[in-house]
Amino acid sequence: MSQVSMTVNGRKVSGECEDRTLLVHFLRDNLHLTGTHVGCDTSQCGACVVHLDGKAIKSCTMLAVQASGSDVTTIEGIANGQDLNPVQTAFKEHHGLQCGFCTPGMIMTITDMINRHGSDLDEETVREELDGNICRCTGYHNIVKAALDAASKMGTPQQVAAE
Amino acid sequence: MDETRIQDRSGAGEPSIAELGERPPTHERAIKGGVHTKRIHDSGVKHVSGAARYVDDEPELPGTLQIYIAMSEKAHARIVSLDVSKVRDVPGVACVLTANDIPGQNDYSPVFGDDPIFPQTSGPEALVQYVGQPIFAVAAETIDLARRAAKLAIVEYEELPAAITIEQALAAAGEAGHDLLDPHEMRIGDVDAALEGAPHRVLGRVAVGGQDHFYLEGQIAYSIPLEDGDVLVRSSTQHPSEVQHNVAKMLGVPDHAVTVEVRRMGGGFGGKESQPALFAAVTALAAVKTGRPVKCRLDRDDDMEMTGKRHEVTINYAVGFSGNGRIAAGDFSHLVRCGYSRDLSAAIADRAMFHADNAYSLPAARILSRRLKTHTVSNTAFRGFGGPQGMVGIERVMDRIAFETGIDPLDVRKVNLYPSFDSDRAPGVTPYHMPVTDSIIAELVEELEVTSGYRARREAIRQFNAQSPVLKKGLALTPVKFGISFTTSHLNQAGALVHVYKDGSVHLNHGGTEMGQGLFVKVAQVVAEEFQIDIEKVKITATTTAKVPNTSATAASSGSDLNGMAAQAAARTIKNRLIDYACGRYHVPEEQVVFAANRVLIGNEEKRFADLVGEAYLARISLSSTGFYATPDIHYDRESASGQPFYYFAYGAACSEVVIDMLTGEYKLLRADILHDCGTSLNPAIDRGQIEGGFIQGMGWLTMEELWWDDKGRLKTHAPSTYKIPTANDRPDDLRIAIWEKGENRSDTIYRSKAVGEPPFMLAISVFSALTDAVIAAGDGKAFPDLDAPATPERVLKAVEGVRG
Repeated sequence: MSQVSMTVNGRKVSGECEDRTLLVHFLRDNLHLTGTHVGCDTSQCGACVVHLDGKAIKSCTMLAVQASGSDVTTIEGIANGQDLNPVQTAFKEHHGLQCGFCTPGMIMTITDMINRHGSDLDEETVREELDGNICRCTGYHNIVKAALDAASKMGTPQQVAAE
Repeated sequence: MDETRIQDRSGAGEPSIAELGERPPTHERAIKGGVHTKRIHDSGVKHVSGAARYVDDEPELPGTLQIYIAMSEKAHARIVSLDVSKVRDVPGVACVLTANDIPGQNDYSPVFGDDPIFPQTSGPEALVQYVGQPIFAVAAETIDLARRAAKLAIVEYEELPAAITIEQALAAAGEAGHDLLDPHEMRIGDVDAALEGAPHRVLGRVAVGGQDHFYLEGQIAYSIPLEDGDVLVRSSTQHPSEVQHNVAKMLGVPDHAVTVEVRRMGGGFGGKESQPALFAAVTALAAVKTGRPVKCRLDRDDDMEMTGKRHEVTINYAVGFSGNGRIAAGDFSHLVRCGYSRDLSAAIADRAMFHADNAYSLPAARILSRRLKTHTVSNTAFRGFGGPQGMVGIERVMDRIAFETGIDPLDVRKVNLYPSFDSDRAPGVTPYHMPVTDSIIAELVEELEVTSGYRARREAIRQFNAQSPVLKKGLALTPVKFGISFTTSHLNQAGALVHVYKDGSVHLNHGGTEMGQGLFVKVAQVVAEEFQIDIEKVKITATTTAKVPNTSATAASSGSDLNGMAAQAAARTIKNRLIDYACGRYHVPEEQVVFAANRVLIGNEEKRFADLVGEAYLARISLSSTGFYATPDIHYDRESASGQPFYYFAYGAACSEVVIDMLTGEYKLLRADILHDCGTSLNPAIDRGQIEGGFIQGMGWLTMEELWWDDKGRLKTHAPSTYKIPTANDRPDDLRIAIWEKGENRSDTIYRSKAVGEPPFMLAISVFSALTDAVIAAGDGKAFPDLDAPATPERVLKAVEGVRG
């Protein structure tokens, strides 16, 4: 067993888990943050994407102990209270979801993309970088649309952001 | 209005709105979220914030056990012995379940009684029939413990000959003297004479692969034991009533002892129609035995090995036609790979036959279907339910006739389409003797031909191919006609339950299930429209067998057609009671009680909906009602293979352009134009989502999703690492989708809308035909390619090599 402590969605949390416990299971089972889903168990589908120190990672491919000491953000932590963030709003308004199971992972991946590319984010990049997130319902059309809309609303141009 | 105020009222006088200090009746022109509006998915906000709960997200009760199901390692074998004693001894293992533990019937099949939950441990039925078949289950404190413990079991097999491929299945059927299910034949006209008399004749064959559902949320069930030995099962299922019945049957208790509930699924696509009963049954059995809550959530690899898929079908055809491409006769035979058990294969193979004509009027046709047994997982429902496979056959025929005659494939298709309902020609008749009286396909195809710029692009592609040595482009425009109704007629029924509370808020429940398709919001729109209240006033609730009994699966695209009608009926009953009350109370004739946006006009007065409801409550009017709907005028007689199995047809067409690389077989879908008929759409935003998603999923089936079993019957593509699901990069750069604006259902469906769940899936056949077209170009038009589905790059390369000799 290992003692794990990290900051999740701005709150310091700690807990005990087996050494081999995956981050996704720590989030879901210990912290009851069930918005992060397990889709394929093998790091392919992206339903489990969260942010670790600001970067999108697949939480089914990382041990909870590896994330100890880090800053983790899950889908539950990106809205400002009741106000959805622009990516969340764009998914809702552009119908970028059907069954919704892949949605949290999609949103976390796309938020990371926008953080890196800013409003320069273009369709080709979205589609290329979304390769690790599978959606079986939508055909991706509205997901890509939502990503681009959110980028235009929340992102600063990359060059400015880099300065 | 609060309770006290309602109760303070006397029959003598109504407090005025001013006295109540409440907002007067609103005067919006329209409610929010009525029918025909682009309402967002009802769970949209919950999905984007991670607040939507799937079965695995519900808080687990203390003491919950986790189930691991141990699977057969052999495709076909007798179980000589099964020793689970060491498994039982592992600390933390609560129980080990085998066939001997089942108090009732050891079966979870939908119809035929041939899907054992676990095989018998001795005797003639101690048999496994596919790699991955459940043998026993372990319930333990953690899933890891259960999985490790299961490995300690000792299973001795005596291997038996296994049929893995269709060819082996044919040989085995020959030896056995029968198929898994009896063959079925449909026939119209004198096929042999028409084939004989036709100016041209070709024979051919096309094989169409299966498909894994890959619902993002895998199979899962959670059973909670209740008093009296009852069980509550939360199951990710499209068919709660069947799960309920199968669990009860397994436990040997009446259906009333089992309640099955599902708020939402993370995708279903047919894979959660008959199969969830297995996991529900195993958890319920463990729950009853241990008195503890029990969960079974399949690991993805286990899910893909254990659960059934789309049927693989090989189609042989012989077709006679004239010089202009008009078909005189078509003779089709379907060899359907069903897997080890019957499951839903009879109805699925039937639907493949019902769609062997697709949108084409065949003067003479014969369709023979054989349903073969293989020692692989039992194939099951998947979006389209066999229809797509049947359609691929005739679309291949169209491409073949075009090749043989030198006529553009689109012109061959057009000359064969069913006549329009408003044309001078007599309606076409299907091979199952149903006149097609609602065809709009000719007009729809004409429109797409123009909007997609088909002719100009055909010419541009001809020029491109003439100059391009390695890359070759292909183009195809294919139609879809899809029959709507369960072909098993009695399934076309649905129930709903609507309560109106004293405050004017509404509780809605019906037998349909939500798997992402937007059924719940559509039905809520219908109820909001009926009462003329904003959709926020309508609470959408989880499907449960305790509220609406004896439901059919949410399948066959029938969800909103059936449940929308049932919910409307329930709402109408309550609305009529409110009207009767208002007529009596205010002495106005019925026609003077009008439900307008969030208010009710009674004579010259206006009331808020909530106020009328509050009054009706005080007057002791029932504000709760069930509703029921049964689709009229449908029947099918298997003996004569004729009837009217469908209430109506949904139509659509797609035009796809691809480019292939002759050296590698790789290809890309460049552009797709889609025009689809949703009738008068209940919710154009939701319907568009179904069109886009269905098309991409269909494209995956026909191009990249390849199921591969080795000669021992082991599925080697059992995770998304080896089984290629379309990603965002696989959708075409240019995708243009339009809902057909003239759409209106000629049948009396809910607000004249049309079902949209399955039909768009088959729009993707245009991609398969475009690939065929490109391969023909690769061979300079000299040979017709032997290209099967899925048309993976390997298969395309092989086909290119074939046509180049």
